[in-house]
Amino acid sequence: MMLRKFAAMAAVSLLASVSAQAACDIHPPMPIKIMTASFPAWKAVTTAMAECGNLQVEFDMLYRDKQPAALAAKPALYNIAGTAPNNLVPLLNDGLVRPLDDLVAKFGQQLTPNQLVRIDGKVMAIAMMVNTQHFMYREDVLKSLNIPVPKTYDDILAAAAAMRKANAVQYPFAGSWKAGWDLAMEFINLFPAYGGSFVGAGNVPTINNATGLKTLATLKALTEYMDPEYLTADAASVAKQFQQGKVAMSNFWASRAGAMDDPKESTVVGKVIMAAAPAAVAGGKPATTLFWDGFAIAKNIPDQEAEYAFRVALKGIDAEMVKANNATAVWLIKEYQPSRLSEGAIASAEQGAPSYQATTAMGLMHSALGTGMADFFTGRKTAEQTLASIEAAYTTAARERGIMK
Amino acid sequence: MRRSTFFAFIAPSFVLMLLFIATPLVIVGWQSLHQERGLFHDVKVETCSPGFLRQTCTTEIRSQPVRGADGKAITETRFVGLDNFAALLQPDLLGRALSGSRAAFAELLELDFYRALRFTLTFTFATLPLVLGLGLAIALAVDATVRSLRGPAIFVSLLPYVITPVVGALSIRWLFVGDGIGTAGLEGLTGQRILMLTSGWTMELLMLFYRVWHVAPFAFLVFYAGLQTVDQSTMEAAVVDGATRLQRLRTIVLPHLAPLVVFVALIHMMDSYRVFEEVVGFASQSYRISLQWLTFHYLTADNTGNRAVSRASASAILTMVGIVLLLIPLLMRTWREHRGK
Repeated sequence: MMLRKFAAMAAVSLLASVSAQAACDIHPPMPIKIMTASFPAWKAVTTAMAECGNLQVEFDMLYRDKQPAALAAKPALYNIAGTAPNNLVPLLNDGLVRPLDDLVAKFGQQLTPNQLVRIDGKVMAIAMMVNTQHFMYREDVLKSLNIPVPKTYDDILAAAAAMRKANAVQYPFAGSWKAGWDLAMEFINLFPAYGGSFVGAGNVPTINNATGLKTLATLKALTEYMDPEYLTADAASVAKQFQQGKVAMSNFWASRAGAMDDPKESTVVGKVIMAAAPAAVAGGKPATTLFWDGFAIAKNIPDQEAEYAFRVALKGIDAEMVKANNATAVWLIKEYQPSRLSEGAIASAEQGAPSYQATTAMGLMHSALGTGMADFFTGRKTAEQTLASIEAAYTTAARERGIMK
Repeated sequence: MRRSTFFAFIAPSFVLMLLFIATPLVIVGWQSLHQERGLFHDVKVETCSPGFLRQTCTTEIRSQPVRGADGKAITETRFVGLDNFAALLQPDLLGRALSGSRAAFAELLELDFYRALRFTLTFTFATLPLVLGLGLAIALAVDATVRSLRGPAIFVSLLPYVITPVVGALSIRWLFVGDGIGTAGLEGLTGQRILMLTSGWTMELLMLFYRVWHVAPFAFLVFYAGLQTVDQSTMEAAVVDGATRLQRLRTIVLPHLAPLVVFVALIHMMDSYRVFEEVVGFASQSYRISLQWLTFHYLTADNTGNRAVSRASASAILTMVGIVLLLIPLLMRTWREHRGK
């Protein structure tokens, strides 16, 4: 009985893949396997890739931990790795992804030069979209209180104070500040905007200074206007609070902008405006970091398989897919039409927000910030102690890793 | 039993212990004394990352791994003595703290290892009497109920012990999160805004409460079994002599249960020194961490895909040493009694 059910299911899925193949003429003879993070843009892309048939998709939020081991196997467990600047570092360090120059020359006519991620002159990944944290605000709340749109962090603090005074919303400000990677991201956005750099020559940490203290002080000042449980707030929960009208301002991920206008979930449809990320100092660049999402191809697979994988992946990011999913992300693909929701991300990029530095040193710094910063916000440590312990944690890790003497 | 038969019987378990306990221990010990480092060299690299419409290319000096002929990054493993332990224990600071410097002591308690040690020890010793007391109380209560109700009473009392620790911790956390039912209830009762998960000590209390709730059934089960073997004639004699319930408990029941108390205490201390699920379940790492969690944390890959295996091994060894030190008094007591007989 069970067996018959399986047979029926197999037949149905076979039919589905046959009919799906109609839109794609690549027909890979071997299964093409991809592992990516799970968010709407990847779902759109993999659905388009599946039109070529023989595709096995694995969405996994732990992809950052799993990909290095999975691609180190011989042959690699996946042909295509969905990737972003930060998690490309371990793959590059261990030599697990292949240069794509030949494949781009042969099949990549649809790609713009902007989409080619070059490391040391070689194309190592293809980008499909950008993501960044930008300023989202409730236009109606600001208007009703006659507050001009904040351009700097000081403006945000002033606006938040005015909202608190007028009791306009439950929490004037919000952010995905979950202790760890997310919280460190806030520091990484703001610290360079105050003129800081994370490491100096010889990968020596350079965060324990006045700029670092200023960064922590600004962040701490914001917490005054946030949900007190901000250290456990991830992107999903902040999006929800926005949708429920509990918060009015946030420096928040562009990939979540679409959720604000989703009538099924949101009570603030059309009221949330996306603008460039606020500057740290008046007239400065937006205090945020540009990320891209895209794919790389595994090294430990036969060349022919890599060629099919590359072509299938390109199928996933073609014009047709963008047209069908225009609002899902800020695509880097030619046919993309910017919308109201993508204005903030584009403005941030155009006003010169820096890209995330995908280096080993930065990876270690991100980890050290992630574990060390929470102590400052819980009040366990002073700002000086916090920066000193982050510096110490980074130094231990960097020495162990071999990048610091 | 003949000696050869004895050896034949214990051989399989001996081999398995050697394979799955002794060997990993030796390896962890070896790892804790070594460090594997990648070889890096500084290279001038041009990196281009996508912006919107325009690419930004930067040329900078970057540390790139040195690769061997097979394209793999070269690593070297070297003996570092007790460096890994020193990184965890910070002997200088410890020395200053022990010589009476208050500032050094405060600083010491902020270091991951001592922070974890402080919490782990508090956790172990605060839960111990509560688990023993509550377990005994439930055992006495169930023993005193009418026979027909005992089955259901035992079943209900055992439930918390059956629940998977992570699930149990999560459910308690969700009860007391900012907008949870537990918090709402407390707020209704006290008329105050309550935030259980924004300060360390409330979180610690919740974690202690959860562990006692979870483990008390184990103590209950052991004590209840013990109560079934109390000599009834002695009890009846005591009743005839006019001993009160409390006197009977103190002079007959408790001495009878004493070896079991030691047993439960041993197991409980071993278990709670390895506290881990509570930290994960309550997501308490910004406020409270345990030694076992620290080992896990070192083993988690950082943003460069690296795992601090050496420090994790050192931390694991220190945890093991801690358990042994804790258990020595109880083990010595058991040994003395054993020899006394």
